[in-house]
Amino acid sequence: MQHGKYRFIVGFLAAPLALYALFVIWPFVQSIYYSLTDWSGLSPEFGFVGFDNYSRMLDDEIFWKSLQHSLTLAVVLPLVTVGLALFFAFMLNVGGRRRRGAAIAGVRGSAFYKIVYFFPQVLSIAIVALLFQFAYNPNSGAINSALKLMGLGSIQPDWLGDPKLALICVMAVLVWSTVGFFVVLFSAGMASIPRDFYEAALLDGANRFTTFFKITLPLLWDTVQSGWIYMGILALGAESFAVVQIMTVGPNGGGPDYSTVVLPLYVYQKAFRDGQAAYATTIGVALLLVTLAFAAVVMKLGRRERLEF
Amino acid sequence: MKTTDTATPGVETPGPSGGSGPVVTKTVPPAPRKESKSEGSVLNVFSHGVLIIWAIMVVMPLLWAVMTSFKTDRAIFTSPWSLPDSLHFENWSRAWSQAHMSDYFMNTIVVVGGSLIGTLLLGSMAAYVLARFDFPGNRFIYFLFIGGMSFPIILALVPLFYVMQNMALLNTPHGLILVYIAYSLPFTVFFLTAFFRTLPTSVAEAAFVDGASHTRTFFQVMLPMAKPGLISVGIFNFLGQWNQYLLPTVLNTEQDEKVLSQGLVQLATSQGYKGDWSGLFAGLVMAMLPVLAAYIIFQRQVVAGLTAGAVK
Repeated sequence: MQHGKYRFIVGFLAAPLALYALFVIWPFVQSIYYSLTDWSGLSPEFGFVGFDNYSRMLDDEIFWKSLQHSLTLAVVLPLVTVGLALFFAFMLNVGGRRRRGAAIAGVRGSAFYKIVYFFPQVLSIAIVALLFQFAYNPNSGAINSALKLMGLGSIQPDWLGDPKLALICVMAVLVWSTVGFFVVLFSAGMASIPRDFYEAALLDGANRFTTFFKITLPLLWDTVQSGWIYMGILALGAESFAVVQIMTVGPNGGGPDYSTVVLPLYVYQKAFRDGQAAYATTIGVALLLVTLAFAAVVMKLGRRERLEF
Repeated sequence: MKTTDTATPGVETPGPSGGSGPVVTKTVPPAPRKESKSEGSVLNVFSHGVLIIWAIMVVMPLLWAVMTSFKTDRAIFTSPWSLPDSLHFENWSRAWSQAHMSDYFMNTIVVVGGSLIGTLLLGSMAAYVLARFDFPGNRFIYFLFIGGMSFPIILALVPLFYVMQNMALLNTPHGLILVYIAYSLPFTVFFLTAFFRTLPTSVAEAAFVDGASHTRTFFQVMLPMAKPGLISVGIFNFLGQWNQYLLPTVLNTEQDEKVLSQGLVQLATSQGYKGDWSGLFAGLVMAMLPVLAAYIIFQRQVVAGLTAGAVK
């Protein structure tokens, strides 16, 4: 196996590595360097300013708002999404009545539910955001007209136009579009839990709540944890950008009174709207730190004894 | 909750509260007799209800969009939930030709087709070398690749924009293809490296002993053996690249080169001024249907591909 080995290795790695280095690694390294300059992005000239951008960021009210919103998303979205998905997945796989001697079974029609719940996952987040922008429309949107049809015509919220509601509306869309994925993911995990465990629990007289908390959840913990991190990174990254940028227009983008502005959107606005490329990369570095810190915290909190079965 | 307990005597409650052997043997056997018709404890009604409500919440917005795409603009505003008076197919043809939906579709197919082939080829080459060969720097390159999974793309976008500009790759399909490939490599390499490690070494060694070169061994022996892995990671990348929004929004602002997702968003902005809501909904549904249809047909593979990605 030695003949021509290194030539082969170099030949096979050169193209992928070059592409990856040029378009991914190099921009990342550059962005950290740019965050120490006063580069506008519009002209090639820039000077080195040290940590000026960072101290400016700490005084920037909108930065703090976007950080707060991003952190809210990173905490609330995984909690709601993973919680709902766990409940659905448990009902679909374990929660049914026992029939024909089988120890565990999903409720009736679980295959159908799994297919339907997954629909939003295959749609582009941009399309989902557009769709809900119309649904939230206060005058002729689907939601308010449905309220009218149900005789609740007096309740006609301004949804995305209301600073108090806008962020919740955005979060609801993200939950809507991701729950199905986690239902399927957790179902796959639940399918690999040995049936004997459930049979033993049933013989001991455990009900569904006990079964869930004593058997399913502990054995599924690894999957839940990686799902949690995955959802958090989504909430901090590209998905929240798309939803906020498309749905909440506002005078400055990012909702009425910056009520939905999130870190990735703020980076985008500073770089490509305001011509402050260096400052944008500074906020980007902050976003990177938040993302890494989030993953580290979840891993630390979630550390448990690994269960083998 | 109180009613739950009282309404299901002998089915649920004896378990946890009584907990003793005789009670359980009394309650478990009757269950098979009752179950087939009466799944109806209050708890079951409740959980079924929640499941149905969520299914409705998923399907309703999609049905509403389909319904709206067949209505006149007037009807969209006056009665959003009523059925269309007749099927206004002209909305669809207007969106397809005048609103450039056909162009956006073509651009997306070109870009996603190119990047998918490139991602699978380059990704499997790198993964094969990293999984099967020992050489200095192997671990380093591997971690360099998979590290990319946890970085927020938006941070790299600002410098990337200027890298692309200097190389005259902005607003070109081939530029977008190269970027899609580069950003798909971390996960692809991560997944395929694990996959190549599970393939038996004996077959590759036999081919090599028979005089096949490393390259030939890879393309004629290993790649065909890796087909299940390639399909999984291919589906994952297909959906990700087809639905990509952030990268084209920044790197591809030329009107003629827009892909589906950004084209639709732009359409929404411009149609908002023109008031052509029906055309916009037709475009929206047009963009949703192919992926939904593909998902329903290849449902099992899509789910296997996506979850295999996340579990590993």
